[in-house]
Amino acid sequence: MSTPVIQIGGVEKVYHMGETDVFALRGVDLTVSAGELLAVMGSSGSGKSTLMNILGCLDVPTAGSYVLDGIRVDGMSRNDLADLRNKKLGFVFQGFNLLARTSAVENVELPLLYDRTGRWMDTRAMAVEALQRVGLGERLDHQPSELSGGQQQRVAIARALVTQPTLLLADEPTGNLDSRTSVEVMALFQALNEQGITVIIVTHEPDIAQYAHRVIDVRDGRIMKDHVVAAPRRAAEDLIAMDAEAAAIAAGETREAA
Amino acid sequence: MKTKSLLTMATGSILKNKMRTMLTMLGIVIGVGAVIVMVAVGNGAQKQIEAQIKNLGTNLIVVTPGSTAAGGASQGAQTFNRLTVADADKIKSDATLLSAVSPVIVTRTQVITGKGNWRTEINGVATDYLTIRDWNVTSGDLFTDDDVRTKRKVAVLGATIVKNLFPDSDPVGSQIQLGHVPFMVVGVLAPKGQTSSGVDQDDIVLVPYTTAQARLSGFSFLGQILASASSPKDMIAAQEEIRGIMRDSHGLLGGGADDFTVRDQTAIAQAATSTTSVMTGLLAAIASISLIVGGIGIMNIMLVSVTERTREIGIRMAVGARGSDVLTQFLVESVVMSLLGGVVGLALGFGGAAILGHVMGWSTATPLIAVFVAVGFSAAVGVFFGYYPARKAAALDPIQALRYE
Repeated sequence: MSTPVIQIGGVEKVYHMGETDVFALRGVDLTVSAGELLAVMGSSGSGKSTLMNILGCLDVPTAGSYVLDGIRVDGMSRNDLADLRNKKLGFVFQGFNLLARTSAVENVELPLLYDRTGRWMDTRAMAVEALQRVGLGERLDHQPSELSGGQQQRVAIARALVTQPTLLLADEPTGNLDSRTSVEVMALFQALNEQGITVIIVTHEPDIAQYAHRVIDVRDGRIMKDHVVAAPRRAAEDLIAMDAEAAAIAAGETREAA
Repeated sequence: MKTKSLLTMATGSILKNKMRTMLTMLGIVIGVGAVIVMVAVGNGAQKQIEAQIKNLGTNLIVVTPGSTAAGGASQGAQTFNRLTVADADKIKSDATLLSAVSPVIVTRTQVITGKGNWRTEINGVATDYLTIRDWNVTSGDLFTDDDVRTKRKVAVLGATIVKNLFPDSDPVGSQIQLGHVPFMVVGVLAPKGQTSSGVDQDDIVLVPYTTAQARLSGFSFLGQILASASSPKDMIAAQEEIRGIMRDSHGLLGGGADDFTVRDQTAIAQAATSTTSVMTGLLAAIASISLIVGGIGIMNIMLVSVTERTREIGIRMAVGARGSDVLTQFLVESVVMSLLGGVVGLALGFGGAAILGHVMGWSTATPLIAVFVAVGFSAAVGVFFGYYPARKAAALDPIQALRYE
């Protein structure tokens, strides 16, 4: 058994809305091992976004413990959380969240500039390498507005990867993409996972969740179901199938035209 | 975060909104420009007055008879007007902080030449007089110490006398009459112009004081003794020294009020310069108001910018920016903006002062320190007015900032 990347126990999150307390999470226990590809499913209001924020060290739990890669996170200061995000985590968002009017390579370089450990020497070269890794080596100087949605999400993934994080957190990464681009992005996540990166994907689409190795269902602030997928779909194979289908249709149209 | 990447980041953000940045900077540009022009004009006026005062003489100290400090009836009649050549000689031989001493005998009489006559002031002086007054002769020479010793009847004419009595020729070598006494002209003084109170300093004839005593004034007391301190910083000490020598010379060491007055030009200079420095300060204060208004403009735009870029702030925080990183970034942006504005304003101010000086004929002078003050002040404006918006940005919650539409 490999060391757990994430270990949370009895995590609760309460928001105070005036007089009433709203329970977003009511005691969540979860252990994620290194190298997992985990999907967190749940409808809107289920608490999955809150869980995501806590896992991503953007928020702290009201109660319960959280250990990330051997580091105790609950009770940390804002600055320590920021440093931890920089060192251990990579984020991918639904809305891409790239800096506008900033080139792809500069966007990817951004997390490296906030490093406080002095680990990185040539940040520009690292950014270029990360972009090459997601297949955007040709578009280094393009601004987000000059890129398609799928390409923007690849830039965001490169940005998440560039710091060599322990954990990649993706919040509805395919929410703004068409189905083919979604599969492309999932193929990228699967490829990265095979290279050893732990990936957690939050989604409400079952189509997306079926690419994960393990799926948890969150409802009303609790984990309702936690199951391992025996044989997850391979996004790369799906892509080949989709291409073949498209080719067949195109061929059919050509025949009809002739 | 490295300074270089901070600066590139800040200038990058500023350049993304060129028009807005330029308009925001304009406030600082006008503020700094106005301060520079005002200081230049005020300072120019001050310089002009200082130059006029310096024109009176170098480190000039004046000893006059009678005490003004006694105030009231205490001045004994027998002590009045008792400045003698002996006093002057004693000062000259005993003083250590003086570079030149000259007795001055003042009398008025008619200057008569073949072509006309002119009533003027005759000053009987020693050869040090020109050094003390920081004065030159343009033609001929001043009389010599030998002339003084032998009471020779030689005279040096002021420019106004020459203009009136020798309009077309060089008077050096000519004979003139001062009252009934014939003198030979040996030199002509350089024009010195008017004093700040409007007295024509060129309406004068200089003769050896010995000659004046023997031939012109008919009395042996001096109108004043002029002296020059070795250096400006010795002015106070030199006056004290003269006072001591004079008290000794007048037998006042046992006690009693001074029967003479020692003064310098600093009192007059202070009065004149304090007026202009008050004016300069006032002008600069009014101009600074526009600098403050410019600063408020920066604050306003930075606040808008923080709201507009809430999502960007969220992204930066998500990838590991601390609150302090965000604070620094926004602070650097506002400082870069105000500093740039300050530098442009500086250039504009210098240009404006030069044009104003040229068109209005005012003398303008901007002290170098104004440059540093203006640049430093505009940076301070950037920090002061940029801090609040930057803090607001730094205090944002990353989750809410990321969700901000």
